[in-house]
Amino acid sequence: MADIDIRQVAKRFGNHQALHAVNLTVADGEFVVLLGASGSGKTTLLRIVAGLEKASHGTVIIGGRRVDDLPPRRRGIAMVFQNYAVFPHMTVFDNIGFGLAMQKVPAAEIERRVRRVAELLHIEELLKRYSGQLSGGQRQRVAVARALAVEPAVLLMDEPLSNLDALLRLEMRAELKGVLQESRTTTIYVTHDQVEAMSLADRIAVMHEGRIVQAAPATEVYHHPATRFVGGFIGNPPMNFLPAEREGEGARVAGHLFRDAPAADAALLFGIRPEDLVPAGKGLAGRVRVVEPLGPHQLVTMDLAGHLFRVVLDNDLAVRPGETLTLAPRPGRVRWFDADSGVSLTQTTQPEPATGA
Amino acid sequence: MTSLATTEAEAPARAEPRRSGRLLMASAVAVLVAWVLVPIYLLVVNAFGSVAAVSAWPKSLVPEFDLSSLAFFANYAGVPRALLNSFLVAGLTMVMSIGLGAPAGYALARFRFPGANLFRLAVLMTRAFPLPLLALPLTVLFIRVGLDDTIIGLALVHTTLAMPFAVLIMASLFLSIPEELEEAAWTLGCSRLSAFRKVVLPLALPGIAAAGIFAFVISWNEVFAAAVLTIENKTLTAFLLQSLDVSPLPLKFAGGAVLIVPALLFLFAVRKYLFSLWGIANR
Ligand SMILES: Nc1ncnc2c1ncn2[C@@H]1O[C@H](COP(=O)(O)OP(=O)(O)O)[C@@H](O)[C@H]1O
Ligand SMILES: [Mg+2]
Repeated sequence: MADIDIRQVAKRFGNHQALHAVNLTVADGEFVVLLGASGSGKTTLLRIVAGLEKASHGTVIIGGRRVDDLPPRRRGIAMVFQNYAVFPHMTVFDNIGFGLAMQKVPAAEIERRVRRVAELLHIEELLKRYSGQLSGGQRQRVAVARALAVEPAVLLMDEPLSNLDALLRLEMRAELKGVLQESRTTTIYVTHDQVEAMSLADRIAVMHEGRIVQAAPATEVYHHPATRFVGGFIGNPPMNFLPAEREGEGARVAGHLFRDAPAADAALLFGIRPEDLVPAGKGLAGRVRVVEPLGPHQLVTMDLAGHLFRVVLDNDLAVRPGETLTLAPRPGRVRWFDADSGVSLTQTTQPEPATGA
Repeated sequence: MTSLATTEAEAPARAEPRRSGRLLMASAVAVLVAWVLVPIYLLVVNAFGSVAAVSAWPKSLVPEFDLSSLAFFANYAGVPRALLNSFLVAGLTMVMSIGLGAPAGYALARFRFPGANLFRLAVLMTRAFPLPLLALPLTVLFIRVGLDDTIIGLALVHTTLAMPFAVLIMASLFLSIPEELEEAAWTLGCSRLSAFRKVVLPLALPGIAAAGIFAFVISWNEVFAAAVLTIENKTLTAFLLQSLDVSPLPLKFAGGAVLIVPALLFLFAVRKYLFSLWGIANR
């Protein structure tokens, strides 16, 4: 068990700045997900923590110990690779026991611990097989078991589910969550899948172009995106944005006056989640373009003052393309951003009841 | 042939060009196979023929099995010694090619270092120097350092000849082993060295053996350097070359057969890796 402290870590590949002064702390036993688009630097950051890549700048501290100059084997970490990296010339048993054998653990103890993690991941029957005789999902279980068997202080996982098909991914996600919750190992988990991130994380660190733009619990990242990018990146459909004109204390958005805009010098941007609007007598008015029924809800795409605007409404409401729809935000759900920097101007500390996002 | 008949029945319009294409292919293959096999056939027939039958013509279709030619060959003065020398030189060449080629191949496959491409090119360029051009200076140098007419000296030259292939085969071999496997081993407690020993080496072993055997065959077949650099310690090729015009016919045939057999066996054993070296998938 250990905490992780990543301080000012930067990484250059030739001319390309893959990471810009990243700061992140992970508490003992915490599960942090690094979430970001492909190429945002997630893998690079994880590999720097693992010791597989050397940071150009900055420091990584694991369990109070500076590890910058330590090789991976001295960092107390275990890693699950995207392609599993199960050793093809060893049986599943020898794969899982590999780390323990390297630590010179007695054979009887290796046997006991391999069987225990194999049981945990439901692969007891596969112990005698070779990697070539396993399916992708089974290989993935072996990779996780191999990492857990050494009981690492820190577990690092790089998109461990991304090579599985959708159904298996869902199943493994739930199972992984159960297994990891039980082990309470400090974990950094990399994914580009926001649903995966929301479902697993104690805290999500959103990465964008080599920076961590927000690190917070899933509901806070969802309801209080720190920047316009986060609001647009997380949520499906993503947050709606509309330009706003300052007017006295308030701001006018698509012809409607909001009285409680933040008092800042910056030009304003109005943001709201698609499910945070209800039909009303007055508010934001626009023409309905497309209606898509989605089981319990319907996704309505509208043209609002020349901007694309998406709303998720209850199914019992009759909406037809071509008609005009007027919507008002649910109380407390409007988010204001600095139109130039994209930084949120709305307080992020107010407690927010978790909704069924 | 049955498959040809069915496709003809199903698609009479396309059968004609396809058929002639196949015919061309088949005859080309037949010519190539004959090109290789006929000399080998004659060699083997004569080597296993009796001393008297060697110069007989036409050959009887059913080859006789008579060890007198081979026995004669084995007892010919100097042959056992030359055979032993060939084995020693080729064995040494194999060991040195692996010992030097594996680290070089690993470096090419895993490390990005300045001049890597130049190194790759330089490795190949060593094959661009004709050996006869190097022979004289080499001989002088070897005499100076006392390596002339020694097994080790000849093995060094053969290693130079085999090295480009050894390095490139092994580089592609190491490239084909995912780096993640090694990295996984590092995170599980291995140093670079122990990860190499426990993960890379077992996976690379068949390919390394193939590269080594390839070096063995190159040395076994090499005649020029062997003839120039050795006098007393001749290898079999150099010995046969030297005694070509003075030796009786059965000796030549038996010698030829003995020379090609290991080469054939080895090439057969490692053909999979040669294909992969030339980028032909074979799975
Ligand atoms: N070894 C490398 N050499 C050069 N550029 C690299 C290397 N590894 C990653 N990069 C670059 O760094 C950026 C971040 O990559 P990565 O960390 O793999 O992103 P992610 O895992 O979020 O998809 C990418 O633009 C990628 O091209
Ligand atoms: Mg990645």
